[in-house]
Amino acid sequence: MTIEQIRSKFPQLQETVYGKPLVYLDNAATTMRLDASVAKWNEVSLHTNANLHRAVHRMANLATEEYEGARKAVADYLGADSREIVFTSGTTASLNLLAFSLGESGLLKEGDEIIIAESEHHSDIVPWQLLAGRKGLNIKVLPVDENGKTDLSALKRMLSSRTRLCCVAQVSNVLGLVNPVKEIASICHAAGCLLCVDGAQAVAHLRVDVRELDCDFYAFSAHKIYATPGVGVLYGRFSLLQQLAPWQGGGEMIETVKWGGTTFAQPPHRFEAGTQNISGVPALVPALEFLKETLADKELLENQENIKAFLLDELQQIPGLRLYGVPEDPSEKVSLFSFSIDGVHHEDLALILDKMGVAVRSGQMCAEPLMDRFGVTGMLRASFAPYNSLQEAQYFTDSLKKAITMLK
Amino acid sequence: MSDLEQAKRAVVEEFAMFDEWLDKYEYLIELGKQLEEFPVEHKTDDRLIKGCQSRVWLDTTVRDGKLYFKADSDAIITKGIISLLIGVYNGRSAAEIAADDFSFVDAIGLRENLSPTRAGGLASMIATIRREAEANV
Repeated sequence: MTIEQIRSKFPQLQETVYGKPLVYLDNAATTMRLDASVAKWNEVSLHTNANLHRAVHRMANLATEEYEGARKAVADYLGADSREIVFTSGTTASLNLLAFSLGESGLLKEGDEIIIAESEHHSDIVPWQLLAGRKGLNIKVLPVDENGKTDLSALKRMLSSRTRLCCVAQVSNVLGLVNPVKEIASICHAAGCLLCVDGAQAVAHLRVDVRELDCDFYAFSAHKIYATPGVGVLYGRFSLLQQLAPWQGGGEMIETVKWGGTTFAQPPHRFEAGTQNISGVPALVPALEFLKETLADKELLENQENIKAFLLDELQQIPGLRLYGVPEDPSEKVSLFSFSIDGVHHEDLALILDKMGVAVRSGQMCAEPLMDRFGVTGMLRASFAPYNSLQEAQYFTDSLKKAITMLK
Repeated sequence: MSDLEQAKRAVVEEFAMFDEWLDKYEYLIELGKQLEEFPVEHKTDDRLIKGCQSRVWLDTTVRDGKLYFKADSDAIITKGIISLLIGVYNGRSAAEIAADDFSFVDAIGLRENLSPTRAGGLASMIATIRREAEANV
């Protein structure tokens, strides 16, 4: 697929800002919406709209088929079973659900430990802190080194007989480095510890297979893989999901409801109380098909590699620029670049770049502990998608240099 | 026309000279760089303006019923914005500042050309200057 072909599937990329072509480099925050995904949302909303599972009428059946079909598509994509796929509103909700349900399941007891990587997004820190507060658990922080690499020897040392869970992102939203999940899983499992992977940033860049990764839980959001916002996935091993307590109570998550006591449905429905995102979930299916295509397309992959090589080289040549997440080999990093520049505030840079048509992220990027680790108040982040061209990467570095000259 | 009105009009006219927002930012950056040096020991939490994404310190002294401001920020565009405000209101009486509506900020289109968080920061700067004035009327 050529860049022109892929760009034609994302109408928003044709927009201009301040009279300049939009150069959208905030894909780690959210990607553009795929036309086929939006079309699916429309089709379901306008033609097969009904609530799920509950009625015998034709429309309810069609809506349920679309919804459960999407569950099957996600399961197939991840190499999982449909019963292991829980739909949520996003990665944040997936992790909160898991933290709550694990806490209520009796699998975690007072004095038990949770290990969390230093590079985690707030979404993979705060739910665990809340849980630790409620249940009297201890949180241990898994450090990253100067280059942003997760310290696996530290992990081995930190695991104890009380460690029940380890939480890491497959790809950090700041560093862009790929954590060796399979290796982490084997270290954790050898110590009798479960592994939960935040896949929010990984899914767009890596072909994910949960059996291959051997993780116990995996969470991601649809809006970061070209689908519509408000849809998330929590994968969990079925044997574990079965042991988890419900999160929210309501319709559809029950088996029987009596005043004397209520019994709950089997996973995944146990965790899907109330009316679900009946339009958004089916819209994930075309996005997954497209994702599979982009991750196997030679031309697009080559373009991404060229962009990565260009930026790794070009950025580090800018005087005073400090890149966070420096890979030993380019394959250990996705095309996501966070950096700071001596004597220039990240917010000033983002504002000037915006006026040049370049959309980048600035600030703490929901990873305050990692900012503290590197001793900065914030960073600038440029994150790429397969529809970004090498010319855009060049325009970005040219604009960045101009902005630095203006600000210094 | 009062001296304050003239100062505000001068800023509006200055801004109108630039067609492109990039040039207006360049002008703000220059204003930021021109700001008088702010003593490090004055960078205390009680001088921090709350509600700004980047840190902004404002120090107010009152002499003969008139307010004198010094400010600093770790972001240069923010520094330019506070410099712009100080340039207009410095050395004016508390009563005059407290009675002003700060509408010239809207006339230069600053608010809508900032990010929502920055616009919130601008509102906090204005609120702080006004509060200082009201406290000294």
